Amino acid sequence: MAVLVIADHDNAALSDATAKTVTAAKAFGGDVDILVAGEGAGDVAAAAAQIDGVRKVLHADGAAYKKQLAEAMEALILPLMNGYDALFAPATTMGKNVTPRIAAKLDVMQLSDIVGIEGQDTFVRPIYAGNAIMTVTSSDAKKVVTVRGTAFDAAGSGGSAAVETVDAPGGPFKSEFVSEEVVKSDRPELTAAKSVVSGGRALGSEEEFNRLIIPLADKLGAAVGASRAAVDAGYAPNDYQVGQTGKIVAPELYVAVGISGAIQHLAGMKDSKIIVAINKDEEAPIFQVADYGLVADLFNAVPELTDAL
Amino acid sequence: MKVLVPVKRVIDYNVKVRVKSDQTGVDLANVKMSMNPFDEISVEEAVRMKEAGTATEIVAVSIGPQQAQETIRTALAMGADRGILIKTDENVEPLGVAKLLAKVVAEESPDMVILGKQAIDDDSNQTGQMLGALLGWPQGTFASEVKAEDGKIHVTREVDGGLQTVALEGPSIVTVDLRLNEPRYASLPNIMKAKKKPIDMKAPEDYGVDIAPRLSVVKVTEPPVREAGEKVEDVPTLVEKLKTAGAI
Ligand SMILES: Cc1cc2nc3c(=O)[nH]c(=O)nc-3n(C[C@H](O)[C@H](O)[C@H](O)COP(=O)(O)OP(=O)(O)OC[C@H]3O[C@@H](n4cnc5c(N)ncnc54)[C@H](O)[C@@H]3O)c2cc1C
Ligand SMILES: Nc1ncnc2c1ncn2[C@@H]1O[C@H](COP(=O)(O)O)[C@@H](O)[C@H]1O
Repeated sequence: MAVLVIADHDNAALSDATAKTVTAAKAFGGDVDILVAGEGAGDVAAAAAQIDGVRKVLHADGAAYKKQLAEAMEALILPLMNGYDALFAPATTMGKNVTPRIAAKLDVMQLSDIVGIEGQDTFVRPIYAGNAIMTVTSSDAKKVVTVRGTAFDAAGSGGSAAVETVDAPGGPFKSEFVSEEVVKSDRPELTAAKSVVSGGRALGSEEEFNRLIIPLADKLGAAVGASRAAVDAGYAPNDYQVGQTGKIVAPELYVAVGISGAIQHLAGMKDSKIIVAINKDEEAPIFQVADYGLVADLFNAVPELTDAL
Repeated sequence: MKVLVPVKRVIDYNVKVRVKSDQTGVDLANVKMSMNPFDEISVEEAVRMKEAGTATEIVAVSIGPQQAQETIRTALAMGADRGILIKTDENVEPLGVAKLLAKVVAEESPDMVILGKQAIDDDSNQTGQMLGALLGWPQGTFASEVKAEDGKIHVTREVDGGLQTVALEGPSIVTVDLRLNEPRYASLPNIMKAKKKPIDMKAPEDYGVDIAPRLSVVKVTEPPVREAGEKVEDVPTLVEKLKTAGAI
């Protein structure tokens, strides 16, 4: 038995999501190898080799892999699957983009966003925005799986797996990277942060969002999140969105400011350890999941809280 | 350019989902059903392309029970030209849906297929990518902007780190994210007009595709319930509580 894990990275650093996926792959069983596909991603391959319990790292290098576009990744991974019983990837936008193409070509039904493994054929995954939890068995010969990071701890480091170079098909492929707008920040990454402060529609503008949410997050050393309403209104960038269709987070502390608590938002944060809600409407559904609810006008409460910390 | 838009009939996003007590699934009896919200965005995008003169014909296709015809009618009322219903009472998994759609593509030869990024019932986020692989087409997933430029389709994608733009060559797959557009409400005259637009009735067997499920459900359960905690008086009390809990 062997599992291939696709590494999520930006050619410089390996994401935390990869080590979590390794934990899930180990729970599945067998030898675990990691594929690092990128351009000039030698450091990432070296970092992957240090993850505990990894047998070897496959390193594919080429210009076509710089952004890990799905068409190139399909060409690279599909032949490799001859040697594996399962393909695991983090349920990041990279993983979600790539793995279904491989599943279709292998003629298997993918298991998306799993939160548990109960044997080699049996997987647990949320459906209906986490309002139901489904346990399924797969009859397919090979398994293709994406892994929800909040459900697995990151595998430790201390390993020293061998790094092997693999041939990377050079293309041309029918898709091409044009440009990107990367949100640069010194803050902890949203899905890996110990604390998250999220703002909602009630902030009213980008200026107010930045004036109130950022200093509170700074005090807490927290990542910044947002509801869809806040993102849609342009108060925060799209990759801040927490929820069913945004990022799934489960920090030690989640502070929801001016967020009503729609099921689609709860889907992304209700597994947080401690939830604090600040909302002026005492009936707001967010209070049904909050450990500590403060019924207050955020424009007074947030600065006061920031000062008190 | 001809555009194919797959639309799925799902539980309305406002409905509070209830798990059946025998743990076989969720209760869909007498529950409001609607078009998957992402698919409304796909239809809207296709209609805007038609209004802008880039799309010539929009075909809406749904795989589902007889009632999925209503979902197709909604697409027709928004501005799609005709529909195809592949009628089945079985639950068809994304792999089966992708295989059926690949056959429809072979018959209809569209230049673009626009799908939702995910269906809000199974939350799979697979079908578009699978269809892309089966057809050998490139994909622009999680789109927040789609435009034709230099004979290619430029898709801006919502990715974890921000936004990424890719250029797709030839017939393409696009899966849409929430911020691509704001779907319109169909006007009454358009709802009336939609009743006259044709819907082709098909069955999975017509396409010779094996749609037998690969996954079997062991059980469906309620997520662990989170107990509501306490309301705190004021900010100092909140800070105190957080300190005691070791959260700060
Ligand atoms: C298919 C689909 C997917 C979705 N995915 C997501 C997702 O991933 N993430 C997500 O977040 N949403 C998602 N949504 C949207 C979701 O349904 C809600 O519309 C959204 O979460 C609401 O955001 P909000 O809580 O900021 O705004 P609102 O619901 O408008 O809530 C604002 C809150 O602020 C409070 N408030 C107002 N003024 C003050 C003040 N001065 N002080 C304190 N409190 C105040 C109000 O009492 C209210 O509770 C999705 C919707 C659909 C249809
Ligand atoms: N039964 C279906 N009929 C039509 N389109 C579908 C069906 N199932 C999935 N789709 C399309 O595939 C998208 C993604 O669904 P999924 O992969 O199930 O999350 C949906 O938004 C639809 O556009």
